[in-house]
Amino acid sequence: MNEIKIYERPKAWAEGVHTHYCPGCGHGILHRLICEIIDELGIQNDTIGTAPVGCAALMYDYIDVDFCEAAHGRAPALATGIKRTRPDKIVFTYQGDGDLASIGTAEIIHVANRGEKLTTVFINNAIYGMTGGQMAPTTLIGQKATTCPFGRDPELAGYPMRMCEMLATLETPGFITRVSVARPKYIIEAKKAIKKAFQNQIEGKGYSFVEVLSNCPTNWGMTPVQAFEWTESTMIPHYPLGVFKDFK
Amino acid sequence: MAKGRINVLEEYCKSCGLCVEACPVKVLRISDHINSKGYRPVEQFKEGCIACKMCATMCPDAAIEVYKIEEKQ
Repeated sequence: MNEIKIYERPKAWAEGVHTHYCPGCGHGILHRLICEIIDELGIQNDTIGTAPVGCAALMYDYIDVDFCEAAHGRAPALATGIKRTRPDKIVFTYQGDGDLASIGTAEIIHVANRGEKLTTVFINNAIYGMTGGQMAPTTLIGQKATTCPFGRDPELAGYPMRMCEMLATLETPGFITRVSVARPKYIIEAKKAIKKAFQNQIEGKGYSFVEVLSNCPTNWGMTPVQAFEWTESTMIPHYPLGVFKDFK
Repeated sequence: MAKGRINVLEEYCKSCGLCVEACPVKVLRISDHINSKGYRPVEQFKEGCIACKMCATMCPDAAIEVYKIEEKQ
């Protein structure tokens, strides 16, 4: 009998660290995917990430590449500066929905409109996680949060924002797609999409934006398995998966 | 069908149960002992792993290593 190791911890995942994420959080899955892609593309020494404010604020401790910590929502602006001064490096921003769709809306729209040669990974869990479960711009109608305990009311708070569709109306951005990490089949697709987004940057094509539908078991008040079922049954119908724009 | 086994890096496991749910042959379960963080790590409790990597694909803490067993002819 002969044993072959077919899966191990990615090398770009900093050795010996325990993430601070809650059990079953989609952030861990997405971090792991990014690490696997960095390993596969062999760009660990050439990658610079910009960390957001939110649950992933400490991601510079977990992914073993160079990192900058941005002010809340300003990761695209910071990444623009890094990429323009070091165009040979692979620069990505990793942002949550409170960071990207709320306080950072101006930055993300303009970075996309300028077509900076960056990659943005946007993790959407329809709630503010780190601050304790407040309503985000992406919170679904009727979804409960601490600042809308009776469910989001569109009269009061408007409708959830679909960032991919919004950015896809712009001329410049090259690759805009929405994926999920709710089930292994979606994770495999998500990995392909993020890998493509990094490859676009290596080839110098232009701006790539990948939205990833995730979960927040703690603030949704569910078990991790229930939370991903909710992502699949409730979030995906509102935020349809697919490619919204691609390089011709 | 391919044969395999998993090795759980118990200190990283947070007992979320996503791998137990994702396993198509249902050979995983949450164990009874606890790790140093106080979580109950996952374990493979019976034979039958097909080395499909679904558990490792789902694991948010990269706590699962997957081995494929090749039997010599």
